[in-house]
Amino acid sequence: MSGANVVIIGAGVTGLSAAWWLAREGVCVTVLDKGVVGYEASSRNGGGATHYQSPLFHEEQRLWPQMDELLGYPTEHRPERIVLATNEAHFNRYKRTAAILGELGYKADILDPKQAREAVPLAGDNAVGAVHIHTGGQANPQRTVQAFAWAAQDFGAKILQHTPALGIEMRGSRAAGVRTADGVIGCDQLVVAAGPQSGILLREIGIDLPLAPARAEMIVTEALPLMPVGGTDGNGLYGRQTLRGNLAYGGGWHEWMDELPLHGKLPRPSTPVLQHLSLRLAQLFPKAAHARVIRSWAGIVENTPDGRPVLDRPENPGNVTIATMSGVGFGLSPATGHALRDLVIDGQCSFADISKLSLSRFKNLDPDWRRIQGWVTPSHHPITQSHAA
Amino acid sequence: MDSFVPGYIDPKSAAGKFPMPEQKFDLLVVGAGPSGVAAALAGARAGKSVALVDEHPVTSGMAGLDVPYFFGGRATAAITNQARMIETVAAMIPGLDEVFDAGVEVMLGVSVWGAWITSPGLEILPCPIAGLATDERSWLVGFNEIVVAAGARDLVVSFAGSDQPGVMGAQALYTLLNRYEAFAGRRLVILGSDRLALETALLALDKGFEVAALVEVRASPQGPAELVAELAARGVEFFSGYAPAKAESNTDGVTGLRLVPVAGGPEKKIACDTICLAIGLVPSVELLDVLGVPLTMDAEKGGFVPASSANGCITAMGDCTGMPGQSLAYRMDWMRVLLATGGREILACTCEEVTRADVFAVNPPRYLGPPPNAMANRDLTTLLKDGPPDHDQMKRLTRVSMGPCQARRCREQIAMLLAIGAGTGPEDIKLAGYRAPVRPLTLAALAAADDAHTHAGWDVWFGIPAQWVPYADIGTSRETEHMAEDAHL
Repeated sequence: MSGANVVIIGAGVTGLSAAWWLAREGVCVTVLDKGVVGYEASSRNGGGATHYQSPLFHEEQRLWPQMDELLGYPTEHRPERIVLATNEAHFNRYKRTAAILGELGYKADILDPKQAREAVPLAGDNAVGAVHIHTGGQANPQRTVQAFAWAAQDFGAKILQHTPALGIEMRGSRAAGVRTADGVIGCDQLVVAAGPQSGILLREIGIDLPLAPARAEMIVTEALPLMPVGGTDGNGLYGRQTLRGNLAYGGGWHEWMDELPLHGKLPRPSTPVLQHLSLRLAQLFPKAAHARVIRSWAGIVENTPDGRPVLDRPENPGNVTIATMSGVGFGLSPATGHALRDLVIDGQCSFADISKLSLSRFKNLDPDWRRIQGWVTPSHHPITQSHAA
Repeated sequence: MDSFVPGYIDPKSAAGKFPMPEQKFDLLVVGAGPSGVAAALAGARAGKSVALVDEHPVTSGMAGLDVPYFFGGRATAAITNQARMIETVAAMIPGLDEVFDAGVEVMLGVSVWGAWITSPGLEILPCPIAGLATDERSWLVGFNEIVVAAGARDLVVSFAGSDQPGVMGAQALYTLLNRYEAFAGRRLVILGSDRLALETALLALDKGFEVAALVEVRASPQGPAELVAELAARGVEFFSGYAPAKAESNTDGVTGLRLVPVAGGPEKKIACDTICLAIGLVPSVELLDVLGVPLTMDAEKGGFVPASSANGCITAMGDCTGMPGQSLAYRMDWMRVLLATGGREILACTCEEVTRADVFAVNPPRYLGPPPNAMANRDLTTLLKDGPPDHDQMKRLTRVSMGPCQARRCREQIAMLLAIGAGTGPEDIKLAGYRAPVRPLTLAALAAADDAHTHAGWDVWFGIPAQWVPYADIGTSRETEHMAEDAHL
C-alpha cells in the first residue's frame, strides 16, 4: 500500500476544495476520479454563490472574494446578484428571499420597474421589479474546479484522473484504502465525495446514503455586451452572464435516473427542453432575443430525500467522511472544503453548526422513499398523460 | 408526500412534459444530397410517410457565421433572398422532382438542430423526436426511423490573414458554385493538391472562374496525375513545397496570397480575391453524436464517423459515414508546416481570439488580463502529466472552440495542435462532444410556444421545498411556513 494519509474519492468541486484545504495545511492528500477534474455537474451549473439556506452561507460569503488570491488561479468570481421579476408572483417570491437575507444580516434592495431596467440592460418592458442583493455573486465553474485542482497540486496534493474507485477496503472496523485498477491506495482518513456514485461505494461498507440521480440541463448563448451584474436571473431560471458575455442559464424539468455505475460513460443526453429554456430566457431578457444559442449542457446531479447536503463523519467506521451537496455544491464549495477539512482533522466543523446535515436524519427512511416521493426512473414507471396534468 | 400513492410521479420532473408532436413521419431524412434523396425515394416507394429536410439554402446570417460550411464571406447578395434561393437550390438537386412525385414532404432551408431517441437516461419521450428550425422558428416532429445523410463540412486551418473575407473552404465553394450559383469571387488560389483540390479547381474553371494556382506543402502534387496535367494544360500553376505565409487584403477582403517555400527561401506573391482551403473534409457527425450513435475515429476517412451505419432506428449514409482518401496524415503535414512557417501567434480560434501559443500555454482568456504568476508553471505539458490531451478540457481553460461558429472553424485544427503538443497523432485526440442545438439559432427562434403546457411543473431547480428552508429554521415552527412556498434564488 502506498502511504497517503487522506484519500478523497471524487474530483468534483467539493472533493477538490477539501483537497486544497487539507493540502495547504501540509496534509498528504490523494484525490481519485474516474475522469477529468470537475467534469460532471461541478462544471455544469449556474455558478451561483448565494446560498442563504445553508449553514455554510456566511463562510461562503467570506471566502469567495478572496478565492482568486488564495488559489492563485482565476475563478472569475464577481460579487452581487439581481433577481429580475417579470410578474408579480415572482416578484413577491423574490422579496421574500430579500427578507430572509435581511434577517441573516445582508443587504438587499427592492427595485421598481424603472430601476430594474436600469440595473439590467437586457431587461424589457415586462420587468415589474427586481431584488438587488449586495452579497453573494457568481463564478466560472469550469475555471474554478481547475483552480482548486491546480492549487491543491501546488501544495503537494496528488490528483489521479482516469482512476475510478472500485471499492473501499476495510481493515477491521476502519476504512483502510480504496481499490483501483492499479491496486489499493491506502488511507488513514477517507472522504467520499463521489457525487451520484457515492451511494454504491458507501453501501459496500454498510453505510446507507440515500441518493437519487437526475439529469439537469442548461443553454449557453453567444456573447453579449456585459451587464453590470452578471449574476442576474429570474423567470424560473438560474444562471449568469459569464465574464465573456455568454448567457448561461438552466432550470425546469429534470429526469430521474437509476443509480449510476462507478465507471464508464454516463448517459447525459440533452432534450427538447432547450426550447423551453430559450423561451424563458427570451422573456427574462427581451433585448437578448436575437442572441444565438450555441451550446447546451446536460449533467447528472444527486439529490438526498430532503434535498439537503450530507456532511458527516459517522461514528462507524469513524474514519470515513461523507460529502454530498444534493445538487447544490458549486457556490458553497469554498466553505464546504473548509467544513470537510475540519471533519477530517478535528472531527467537527469549527465555524458553523452542521449537525442537521448528518446522515442519521435518514435512519428511519422508508426503503421505498424514491417511489413514495415520485422520484422514479420513467422506464420503471410508465407514464400516462393524466400524470402530466 | 409521506405515504405511498401508486403511480405518483414527481410533477416537477420531465415525465409527461413532451407531448406527441403534431407532425410525425415514418421516415425522416436529413440531407438532400444523393444519399438522402435516394433514401427518401426508397422510403416513399415502400409506402412510408417521408420527410426530406435540408438546411440549404442557409440564410445570410448563418453563412456569415460559416455555418455549415466555411463560406468565408464570398457569397453574393443573392443569398439574402431566401425564397428565391430555395427555387435555385431545389432546381439543382438531382432527382428532386421524383421525390416530390413520390409524395415526400420536402423542406428546404430547414435545419435539424437536434434529435432524440429513448436511451438510458432519456426515457420521457413519447416517440423519437427531431428539432427543426428556420431562422424564425423551431418545431418538433416525430419519426419512426431517421436517415442522417448530413454530408461533410470544411476542414479549416489558419494562417496569417486567413480570417479575412475571401478565405473559404472547398465545400462552401462547391455549394456556392453548384447549388446556390452565388459565388462572389473571380480569381482563386486553391490550397491542397489531392483529388479534392484538383476537382475543386476544375469545377471553378468549368464555371468560368480563374484559378491562378494550387499550393501544396508536400514536395509534389498529391492527386491523380491526369487531373494535375489537365489543370496545368489549362494554365494553372502548381506551387509544391510551398506554404501560405499571409493572405493580403483590403476592406473588400483578400487581394493576394504570399507563399513561402517550406524549405526556406524567397517568398512569392499571387494576386487573387479568393483562397480556397481544399486540404480536407470532415464528416458531419454532430447530429449523430447528439442522437447517441457511437462514433469511432477513422484516420483514412476524414475523422470521427459512426461506428456502424445502422443503429436501431438510426441509419447514417453518405459522406457523414466517412470519405475514402480523406487521410488525417495529409492534413497533419499541413498543420505541422503551417505551425513551422507561421509560428505560434496565429489565431487557432478566431471566434474567441485564442492563438496557437495560448493553446500550448493553456492560457486563460484575454478578458481576464495577464495570466496570474502561478500560470508560469502550467502549460500543456504539465496538463498532460495528469491525463491524455482533452479537447473539452482545453475549451474550458482557454475558450478555444467556444464561439458562435460552434467550432466549425477550429475544431480539427485544435485537435491537431493538441496532437502535436502531446506528440501523438490526431487520431488519438478524443472527440469534443457535440450538443444540441447543432446550429446556432436565436433564442427567439429556438423558443417553444408560450402556452400553459410550457409552464406546467416548471421550477428553477428540483422543486424540493425542504432544500431551501434556512438552516436555522429547520426543525422549528417556521419550517412549515417555508415549506409552503419554494422560494429560492
